[in-house]
Amino acid sequence: MPGLNEADWIALQLTLKLALISTTLLMLSCLPLAWWLAHSRSRLKVLVEALVALPLVLPPTVIGFYLLILLGPRGAVGGFLERVGIGHLAFTFTGLVIGSMLYSLPFVVQPLQNAFQSIGRRPLEVAATLRAGPLDRFLTVVVPLARRGFLSAAVLSFAHTLGEFGVLLMIGGSIPGQTQVASIAIYSHVEAMDYGAAHSLSLVLMALAFVMLLSVYALNKRFRLVGVIQ
Amino acid sequence: MATLLLRVALLFWLSAQAHAAEALRIAAAADLRFALTEIIAHFQQAHPDAQIEVIYGSSGRFRAQIEHGAPFDLYFSADIAYPQALAQAGHVAGEVMPYALGRLALWSDSMDAAALTLADLQRPEFRRIAIANPRHAPYGARAREALQAAGVWDVVAPRLVFGENIAHTLQLVQSGAAEVGIVALSLVLHPDIARRGGHYLIDDSLHQPLRQGFIITQRAASNSAAHEFANHIRKPRSRRILRDYGFVLPDE
Repeated sequence: MPGLNEADWIALQLTLKLALISTTLLMLSCLPLAWWLAHSRSRLKVLVEALVALPLVLPPTVIGFYLLILLGPRGAVGGFLERVGIGHLAFTFTGLVIGSMLYSLPFVVQPLQNAFQSIGRRPLEVAATLRAGPLDRFLTVVVPLARRGFLSAAVLSFAHTLGEFGVLLMIGGSIPGQTQVASIAIYSHVEAMDYGAAHSLSLVLMALAFVMLLSVYALNKRFRLVGVIQ
Repeated sequence: MATLLLRVALLFWLSAQAHAAEALRIAAAADLRFALTEIIAHFQQAHPDAQIEVIYGSSGRFRAQIEHGAPFDLYFSADIAYPQALAQAGHVAGEVMPYALGRLALWSDSMDAAALTLADLQRPEFRRIAIANPRHAPYGARAREALQAAGVWDVVAPRLVFGENIAHTLQLVQSGAAEVGIVALSLVLHPDIARRGGHYLIDDSLHQPLRQGFIITQRAASNSAAHEFANHIRKPRSRRILRDYGFVLPDE
């Protein structure tokens, strides 16, 4: 790729690493939450749903501003980590992962919740009468039926993290190799009026996102064709 | 005759009103946030009809925006090279006018930075040191020069975090996330910030001067309010405000 220097490659790698790690952690941690939201009749449900959707509405700079305070040495989280000797999380990769997870939370919870809801209770009750245990029911009934929900959640979270900017700008500090992801590097190129470098890196990012979305849509189509869902 | 005079007077008065009501949109470097706000307040006392909007931000970005036709009437840049480049490209009405020299200061939200020097930044307790991004922020480029001239760059560089402009850099330090930062003197002299801790003024022989300049943009060439504001900047009262905020005036 013409014009991509070493720092750009590092930024790109960092972006992919961030997207991969935060998507994996989000998928794991949101699974129980989405399940609960899909099946609960608790009055707390609407409250939790509203909270989960909050990152959709809040400007990323607002999330970033409060995260910087929360994760910094004077914040509740950062301050605690300082006292136990781990050190605060502002300007760290771990901090970016936390920021990305919060920012992409609704993109994982909502598709999963919808998928679980559309399965309903019936198939699980049937499986239970056939003496399938809870884990068995989950793996052989829920996972295949909710496959598109899982896929949507993972892809949306990954893609959303690729394009993440405002939160990372606020909590990252643009440190090359640590917190300077591709979107920040592009911004920095533009600010420095190095438009050539900005174009190159943007092009790579765009190609990457396009190929990813294309394969997902192709895959999704195949799923529908073989009639796995609905 | 008297009626004619009255009519002419009325006509003049109306056109004067129209001019006074002309809106003025100013793009200003982030280091001017406090000083320019005061200067504008005084301008508005004398011109109660003037509608002024100020957008504070990164000098480099404003330059690019004006090149692409952004609707700013006046542009105050922390680096005079940007308005000079705009002048060469024909985006400027009149001259590039120098208005101040900026100064750098060390500041911390958790301790009194007045007791610090650049050499102290090597101490391990300063885990994160904020400067503006040297690639595009004038204050960042000068901060790097100062750190290099003081011979501490190699030790300090791995601990640097970068703000997008000087106000963002100050915010990184204010949040406590960076223990100390190199910011604009004009920001840390504001009472709200000075109250949190003193500052150490960085010797200006350690870096190239931060020569700042402003212009009237081409689109505002016939905007009388823009010209009045340009004159207002040169008045003793405005100069005193700039001086109070630590700016060095170009002819002093």
